[in-house]
Amino acid sequence: MSEAAIVGLFVATVQFGTLVFLAALGELIAERAGVLNLGVEGMMTMGAVSGFMVGLETGSPWAAFIAAAAVGALVGGLHALVSVVLGADQVVSGLALTIGGLGLAAYVGRNVVGERPETKFTDLGIVGLADIPWFGDIFFNQPPVVYVAVLLGLAVWFVLTRTRWGLALRAVGESAPTTDAVGHSVMALRSGAVMVGGAFAGAGGAFLSLYMAPGWTEGMVAGRGWIAVALVIFGAWRPGRLALGALLFGFTLALQPRLQSFDIEFLGVDVNRISPALLGILPFVLTVVVLVIISWRFRHRPSPAPAALGLPYRREER
Amino acid sequence: MASENADHAVWLRGIEKQFPGVIACAGADLRVRPGTIHALLGENGAGKTTMVNVLAGIYRPDAGEVWVNGQRRSFHSPADAIAAGVGMVYQEFRLVPTLTVAENIVLGSAPRLLRSTEIEERVAELSAAYGMAADPTRPVWQLSMGERQRVEILKSLWRNASVLVMDEPTAVLTPGEAAELGAALRAMAEGGRSVIYISHKLDQVVAFCDEATVLRQGKTVATVKDLQDVDLTSLAEMMVGSSEGGYVDRPPAVEAGPEVLSLQGVCALNDRGLPALTDINMTVHAGEIVGIVGVSGNGQKELAEVINGLRRPTEGRVTVKGRDVTGASPGDLYRMGVAYVPEDRLGVGLAPKMSVVDNAVVRSYRSQRQGMFLSISKCVKFCQSLVERFSVRVGRLNDPIAGLSGGNLQRLLLGRELAEQPSVLVAAQPSRGLDVQGVAAIQGHLVDQRAAGVGVLLISEDLDELLALSDRLIVMFEGRIMGEYGPDVTPRTILGSAMAGKAPK
Repeated sequence: MSEAAIVGLFVATVQFGTLVFLAALGELIAERAGVLNLGVEGMMTMGAVSGFMVGLETGSPWAAFIAAAAVGALVGGLHALVSVVLGADQVVSGLALTIGGLGLAAYVGRNVVGERPETKFTDLGIVGLADIPWFGDIFFNQPPVVYVAVLLGLAVWFVLTRTRWGLALRAVGESAPTTDAVGHSVMALRSGAVMVGGAFAGAGGAFLSLYMAPGWTEGMVAGRGWIAVALVIFGAWRPGRLALGALLFGFTLALQPRLQSFDIEFLGVDVNRISPALLGILPFVLTVVVLVIISWRFRHRPSPAPAALGLPYRREER
Repeated sequence: MASENADHAVWLRGIEKQFPGVIACAGADLRVRPGTIHALLGENGAGKTTMVNVLAGIYRPDAGEVWVNGQRRSFHSPADAIAAGVGMVYQEFRLVPTLTVAENIVLGSAPRLLRSTEIEERVAELSAAYGMAADPTRPVWQLSMGERQRVEILKSLWRNASVLVMDEPTAVLTPGEAAELGAALRAMAEGGRSVIYISHKLDQVVAFCDEATVLRQGKTVATVKDLQDVDLTSLAEMMVGSSEGGYVDRPPAVEAGPEVLSLQGVCALNDRGLPALTDINMTVHAGEIVGIVGVSGNGQKELAEVINGLRRPTEGRVTVKGRDVTGASPGDLYRMGVAYVPEDRLGVGLAPKMSVVDNAVVRSYRSQRQGMFLSISKCVKFCQSLVERFSVRVGRLNDPIAGLSGGNLQRLLLGRELAEQPSVLVAAQPSRGLDVQGVAAIQGHLVDQRAAGVGVLLISEDLDELLALSDRLIVMFEGRIMGEYGPDVTPRTILGSAMAGKAPK
């Protein structure tokens, strides 16, 4: 296996990691507020198509990225309206968002299938660091979205742990009546969290259609939205662990298409004879393993899962 | 007007509040003077919790006025009530277990940027100032119930509440913690704040409080200016009162049949893992009604659950018609002839979103089969027969049962339990919250069952009902049986024993 192939694998790991990290970070915000949003796949797809189209129109990747985030927020807002404001079942609403989002994206993007974008994000060579052998390419010569994602991760961690909104958000995810009783608006907190989460997912989709696989084809998100949902659990609802999990899941995603070109042996098995499909289920297997570990380790204390996750809230219920 | 109101820290005037099928408050009043601890008394369902939820901005009253510190208020949310100086300490604590003490206290009024050490220092100062120890850095889930309650009180003090509402504050406390709480509340009252204290424990009410308001069926029936002037028994009489009619005549005494239910040395724990029943010995014979007297929360719920297989006794034996059924499942017990009308009709007794028919057949579905499948027509016929026999007023049989009124829910529930001729019926608060007709209907059915040879265990907080219906009365206090009485016992004797835990001579 060549040195370039190995570096390429890890460069792709960081990029796939960024893709699922962005979407999962958004889902983490919503879930910490107590709202499960299974519409990540749909929001990412809507972000991918709208980002690509705005990119075609304006020629500016940043405008496209921001537009995709706005569309993601709008689609997320739909979930907020149905499940937070009207109190419908979050699972049903989220699944509808995924199915509807995929369909709507196919319709919206029917005329741009196969078109090539004129612009895309250019890799950001960080002065002085990009030239370090191996690490330079993997960590310091990536498109700007990678660094934006890192900054967003830090920002989410800071807001959650160090601000009054973060405190209120964590509280509403644990107990809506408590948060209501101290005078925070449950509806505003949850709707806001779902919309911000949608923006992150939409931005993730745009990263895919503007950089990683420039162009638009139906179903191009290809289940990465579901991986993001699993990643939130794998990361135990914490931004730091989420980042580590994103790299791990990103590695499996990057490895999948490359696996069969690798002529190496691992534990006595020819790696190129392993089915890539098997690798595809690895994130979900890992998530189940983590779930088991969590429920065992937290059997005598509160689980890291937000206690009110999935429960709608109405004030005058008796 | 304004000057008159200025005398009151709280004045709830003519509060009315209705919920689907239940009138919670029907023009109740409550006046609390500043610097006093004011007890709000009443049986379950008398409207106490609704009153304080109106004061806390949780419920909006259908009619009535809310005055706080001399100003008329209209609360649209809990935030409004907090801003007006009302602090609420609920029975079920409103704390976030995964957050720290300090985070819980500042939640809702935190600075934009949280600096944990700074917040923790300020919370520590507050708790020191009021002598209520609580480590601000610990997550709440690690705290004892007493500590959690201190956090709740500190939360209100942090918001500078002038009125503190405590709903059943000592229910979760050890006796030592309760005494500490009493001292802390007194210190707050001396500092000019007012406390509204809701409790069933009359001995503590008399020890902690200055004044009292008694509610019954959503109305204020008595106010006590000085609690030192009244004794526990007369206070209890005010709470229980004599309801306005609706009671069936005392059934003529009959020879009791063979023993159908007996408990020998039964002990059980409550949901928190604390002892709820201690050494319970009792028997119920065919053709008699045995009444369980006691203020709720003294083990009645756990007793009913043990008999119906919903709670495993830690010690002792339960037998039905001579067979040991200790630890048997609720289904097995039903098939052996134990029927159950639980206190929580729509939570435990019926499935609110399922149809009237489905709720009617969930017990006896085995009899409604056609081959291996349920026969819809048999189910509907069965349901119709129940509806007729028990005069249940229903709309369509396929509509969710939650749309029925309280009295009709109870008729259907009772009918379902009696449909397959049980030999034991455990009825917990069967007539609570019903109108006069509903009460009479339910009580009539209980008396009919007695005549038909069913052994009835009647758990009620309505002393008049128990005295009217029961052949024998058993008084429970703090999970123990305090005594057993015949049907001619006087209310005062019973009350003394039930309220104060005095054993009979």
